Amino acid sequence: MMSQSNHRTSAQFLASAVSLFVLSLGITTAKAEVKPAIVYDLGGKFDKSFNEGAYMGAEKFKTESGIVYRDFEIQNDAQREQGLRRFARDGFSPIVAVGFSQASALEKVAAEFPNTQFTIIDMVVDKPNVQSIVFREQEGSFIVGLMAGRASKSGKVGFVGGMDIPLIRKFACGYVQGVKFAKPGAEVFQNMTGTTGAAWADPVKGGELAKSQIERGADVIYHAAGGTGLGVLRATADAGKLGIGVDSNQNGLFPGKVLTSMLKRVDVATYKSFADAKAGSWKAGVQVLGLKEQGVGYALDDNNKALVNADMLSAADQAIQDIISGKIAVHDYMADSQCPN
Amino acid sequence: MEMGSALIILESGLRLAIPLLCACLAGLWSERAGIIDIGLEGKMLAAAFAGAALAHFTGSAWLGLIGALLASLALALLHGFATIHRSGNQIVSGMAINMIAAGLTALIGAAWFGQGGRTPSLQGPARFEPIWLGMDALTLLALLSVPISWFALYQTRFGLRLRAAGENPSALETAGVGVAMIRYCGVMICGVLCGLGGAYLAIAQAAGFLPQMTAGKGFIALAALVFAKWRPLPSLLTCMLFGLLDATSIRLQGVSLPGLGQIPVQAIQALPYVLTVILLAGFVGRAIPPAAAGLPYVKEN
Repeated sequence: MMSQSNHRTSAQFLASAVSLFVLSLGITTAKAEVKPAIVYDLGGKFDKSFNEGAYMGAEKFKTESGIVYRDFEIQNDAQREQGLRRFARDGFSPIVAVGFSQASALEKVAAEFPNTQFTIIDMVVDKPNVQSIVFREQEGSFIVGLMAGRASKSGKVGFVGGMDIPLIRKFACGYVQGVKFAKPGAEVFQNMTGTTGAAWADPVKGGELAKSQIERGADVIYHAAGGTGLGVLRATADAGKLGIGVDSNQNGLFPGKVLTSMLKRVDVATYKSFADAKAGSWKAGVQVLGLKEQGVGYALDDNNKALVNADMLSAADQAIQDIISGKIAVHDYMADSQCPN
Repeated sequence: MEMGSALIILESGLRLAIPLLCACLAGLWSERAGIIDIGLEGKMLAAAFAGAALAHFTGSAWLGLIGALLASLALALLHGFATIHRSGNQIVSGMAINMIAAGLTALIGAAWFGQGGRTPSLQGPARFEPIWLGMDALTLLALLSVPISWFALYQTRFGLRLRAAGENPSALETAGVGVAMIRYCGVMICGVLCGLGGAYLAIAQAAGFLPQMTAGKGFIALAALVFAKWRPLPSLLTCMLFGLLDATSIRLQGVSLPGLGQIPVQAIQALPYVLTVILLAGFVGRAIPPAAAGLPYVKEN
């Protein structure tokens, strides 16, 4: 009995010695080069939307630099903090937290590891070692709104949002401005799916909302509703109308039935964070990516080529130039919680 | 409100009522046999996942339906084994099934398809399309199961025995009929109906599975069951009422009503729940469940 427990303690000692050695090794390599990591939001790595963008950016960095990164897909809210902390403890830096829901977890973990570089996407966390990347979604939404206004024959278009939060109203507001820019008298129906997190994953309700807008005459519907939006795109495709995708390029989900997608270049943001860290030019603070920085835009590929005519394209590109030059000012809903239209 | 939009709301209400109706009838069969089932939600969720996954792999909506029925039936038999065979607590077993289904579907979905637990979008023949008056095959099946349930429960010997198993199992045993067997039948019919509801959700109404896509419908169905006092035809009416309220709340969003103006979204969204509480509190009267529901039956020797 005695000898057995002795044996066990020595084995434990050996194990901890080895792990200490490995740990110290990890710290020294961290100084030599970057060890990037990503914590995805609840939608998961391949959500055809927001998270997948971060994945694409990280993969691009990997193929270009040959540096492998680690990633973690959370299964519930409690794992945000655990995931971030584990990566930070294991010496990873920079660590990209994808999604506004990571803010409170990141705030805590960033304070615990002041020497680790964190990047959060879609939210501002005010800490000296956190880089916050947010987008001018209103500008991208303006462009797809303009295209919707031009594509609409009935003069009525729709918007279906996910959870009713200021961020989603920002999408809606930019969209309305774009629609009215293209067609001043156009009518825009707006619906939010719900007021809880479940509103991101309710394709049935999304589909019903889209159907109700179609019945009122809408023939182009833009969604900013995560998984719920798949129901919106499905309903518009079923009814022979046009949908507009969001975040990633969703044109291919229903080829020929999706007018375009409002791209939010989470891939660019993730890639840049990794690349800057490698180059030593990574900086904390807030970065706002709009049309000028190519952080937002619209999607054009083989799936929607036939839907977008040359007039529409030149109008969209002209508007992009005008927004960048300041000739067109797109109002930001989050600035005053109001939409001028 | 003019005729056209009333019809549109009716159609939408029917679409939203079908999963509720399936779950409500499922609960009716189980509870009438004496087995309380709060695992309707979990069974529908498992069926929705199995249905969508199989429809995706085979490209056939009907094979998807079979997969959905089998998945739901397997969980129903698990519930039956725990509560009939092992005399376990029916609430605990039902709750366990809900948790297993919620966790497993998302986990397996993430492992198989790598899309955050979703199945890929179903297209063409992998989905049930409307075949008659805008209704698809599953809608018709669900509606048909109402008169069939009524007939089987009230006009056949089997129905009488099943109701006896829920009201007075010892009397049934005295008459020489095995209670366990009858209760297993009730639980299995419940499984089939839940499977139908889940399949409808994933491969008729939507086009694929999403984690947690049942969104509490199994529990709303339990409320509808109480409201309908454990009877088939009132179940249909209650579920239609809930579906219509839901459809109305969706249609009223962002619409200006004469005299009232535009009603806040939150108020509209709370409407079905508020009305449910009012109706349940004020109009349902006394709802008496089957006397032996929830009690394990142990044969006296």
